[in-house]
Amino acid sequence: MSSRFERRRVVVTGVGAVTPLGVGATMLHDRWVAGECGIVGGAGACREFDPRDHLSVKEARRLDRFSQLAVIAAGEAIAQAGWEGEQAYDPMRIGCVIATGIGGQSTIEAQLDVMRLRGAKMVSPLGIPQYMPNAAAAAVTMRYALRGQSYGVVSACASGGHAIGSALRMIQYGDADAVVCGGAEATLTDFGFACFNSMQALSPTGISRPFDARRDGFVMGEGAGVLVMEDAEAAAARGASILAEVVGYGSTTDAYHLTAPEPTGGPAARAIELAIHDAGAEPSQIDYINAHGTSTQLNDAAETAALKLALGEEARRIPISSTKSAIGHLLGAAGAVEAVATVRTLITGVIAPTLGYEVPDPDCDLDYVPGESRPLITGNGLPPLAVSNSFAFGGHNVSLAIRGALR
Amino acid sequence: MSVTTEQVESRVIETLASFGPDISQITRTATFEELDIDSLDLVELAQVVEDEYGVILKGEDMKQLKTVGDAIDLIVERAGK
Repeated sequence: MSSRFERRRVVVTGVGAVTPLGVGATMLHDRWVAGECGIVGGAGACREFDPRDHLSVKEARRLDRFSQLAVIAAGEAIAQAGWEGEQAYDPMRIGCVIATGIGGQSTIEAQLDVMRLRGAKMVSPLGIPQYMPNAAAAAVTMRYALRGQSYGVVSACASGGHAIGSALRMIQYGDADAVVCGGAEATLTDFGFACFNSMQALSPTGISRPFDARRDGFVMGEGAGVLVMEDAEAAAARGASILAEVVGYGSTTDAYHLTAPEPTGGPAARAIELAIHDAGAEPSQIDYINAHGTSTQLNDAAETAALKLALGEEARRIPISSTKSAIGHLLGAAGAVEAVATVRTLITGVIAPTLGYEVPDPDCDLDYVPGESRPLITGNGLPPLAVSNSFAFGGHNVSLAIRGALR
Repeated sequence: MSVTTEQVESRVIETLASFGPDISQITRTATFEELDIDSLDLVELAQVVEDEYGVILKGEDMKQLKTVGDAIDLIVERAGK
């Protein structure tokens, strides 16, 4: 790729997550590594998250659950970045991109009920500000006084990946010195289940086992993942502790079908190739892949095909695991939560397994890290390099390349 | 319809408390600004009042209100008409 400007390097200085495995990014990765699964009764609910533990009455009642999850994950990431109490940058130079697949679904449902039962005049003035898809981005900016450019990103299950990619470009190009970015989703309602069920997308057995021959659909989850990303030089100048470096971003579109992935994996493979090229790396340098791995028949076969197209023979060497085996599919939050899990993998040097993977499928013939966690091994003495994939209904493909920090 | 001031006062205070401020701070002389009650909260209060007492409070009515007591007095006055 020709470059008309010198791109700034972008590092991660804070991560936060609220997921079915608990409140906290460390909890997410540690419990997944230990083989714990946050899925109960066919759903990945954030059962340990109680908004009253974190938010005032006023804040909680003005935020849909997806925004509540976002501000708590953002708070954790910002605290880890060491921004609490003082702004590390001019607030006008701090951006915010928070993705969602759907937005405030439970708010829409509740206000529709109000309208039908009590009339249009009784619909809450808080309806729109709660359910608009940018509500989480707005909430995070207000709570942490971030005044650079901010917006929501919407690309279904690739949303979180797009948010991080947008934030990366924003800093690389110099439009911001730091960006708080990620994704949030909360659609575990009867209506949400009804809609995904009627598509036959959800697992009837309620088991998320990506790449296993017995996989029968995804398990819906909720949660949020947020990263603080900064211009590398500025972060170093303020003495920030560097967790990882976001080195590559690639994105393409299938333009094939509303919901089914393009079966050859060609466009998805191109997104992976773009991310690796953007990182200035080669497939031989990749040490871990955090797969999209939804546990649907079509996705896992198409993702495997895409990995083989993009990586060639190297695809067989690289350990691949799916966070969705431990928390289900967090839709618009998935890409961000999985990027957080990938950063924790790079920090701890431990690859968590694809839980429940036991029976191989001829269409999925790579190393999906069955059974137990294993050490992250780098062959070349460089900091480890990981790739995290996100693919979506609508045909959106995102791949991120993330490198561990120099130790 | 006869509504007592006490009834309106108790309903208004209960509603405002559900919006976030501590109930002990919600007195007749407390201002909406002090209580961090904004225009969105006041629209919700107006919905409760209309539902309960049939009193319609428009945006221009609400803008005049500075204190909790102002709101109670206006509702009682309109309900009595």
